[in-house]
Amino acid sequence: MLASLSLILLCQLIGEAVVRGLALPLPGPVLGLVLLLVLLLARDRFARLARGPLRNDGVETASKGLLAHLSLLFVPAGVGVVQKLDLLASHGIAIVLVLALSVVLTLLATVLTFRLISRLLKQQDAR
Amino acid sequence: MKDNPFSLWVYLSQSPLLWLTVTLMVYATTDAVSLATRRHPLANPVLHAMWIIGAFLLATGTSYTTYFAGAQFVHFLLGPATVALAVPLYENRKRVVSSIVPMLVALVAGSVTAVVSVVLLAEFAGLPRDVVLSLAPKSVTAGVAMGIAESLHADPSLAAVAVILTGIMGAIIVSPLMNRTGVTDFRARGFAAGLAAHGIGTARAFQVDEIAGVFSGIAMSLNALVTSFLVPMVVTLLVR
Repeated sequence: MLASLSLILLCQLIGEAVVRGLALPLPGPVLGLVLLLVLLLARDRFARLARGPLRNDGVETASKGLLAHLSLLFVPAGVGVVQKLDLLASHGIAIVLVLALSVVLTLLATVLTFRLISRLLKQQDAR
Repeated sequence: MKDNPFSLWVYLSQSPLLWLTVTLMVYATTDAVSLATRRHPLANPVLHAMWIIGAFLLATGTSYTTYFAGAQFVHFLLGPATVALAVPLYENRKRVVSSIVPMLVALVAGSVTAVVSVVLLAEFAGLPRDVVLSLAPKSVTAGVAMGIAESLHADPSLAAVAVILTGIMGAIIVSPLMNRTGVTDFRARGFAAGLAAHGIGTARAFQVDEIAGVFSGIAMSLNALVTSFLVPMVVTLLVR
């Protein structure tokens, strides 16, 4: 468990370091995600890598533990709304309406595009 | 101690322990309620934890800075949790690879819609310029949105609030909206949830369906990349 958590933190640390060092416009943890994915795939290729946290579902179990309570992690930032009460008093309704409309449009645009493209591909395969 | 009944409160209210405990206890309660209602969208645990803790801070006159000194231990885990998304992605790699084309096209359509729609709507609503800029990155996860807002000289803490509000509204609306569109493909539904509503949408997607959760996690990671490039461009084009 300890080794698995260390591995996750190490991936994030390397991600952050590379992103800062090369001034890449992407968040460090996203690069850390890519790194952990590459490690897991490499483990299946090279048996020698299957040790420590990469053995017996070590890092898998630790990751699932972290993801089980993903919403909890947003609570501290969300409570930050108490700092913005004056702004919400003056523009709150407009802000909430704008965000709500935009999220509906985004959901629809994404899901309908996804469905359209996968249907087109299926038709092509059928021919 | 006895001569000043407030000294214990003064001590505790300044310690990280109290606020970390409050955060976990309130969330454990709202999550239990959400489970008891069989994950009803309106019983969203983040939404209810937020206003309960916020009201508690206001009632006790505690500053957000003091609260965050305790809650930061939870906030910190957002980074490692993003890295951890590699695992469901790895375990479902075959399904992911086989839907790479619809994913990438939907990614572009969704990211552009997210940024352009919020900027146009906010301008139309006559919101001040710095508010418009802070709302622009609202569909990506909190850490990234704050970075984008900072680089635009907007308000990072307002950006974080916009992100959380977007996430909660997205998580509440996604299931009823998708049922109405008649899309039953959980890859597509999950992908849309993660793209529009980042981690909170992903948490919701995992509650509904494992495959939806995986695709939501991918959408959230990819959107963080695309939006970082997109927001500065859209803002220069559309914001007066």
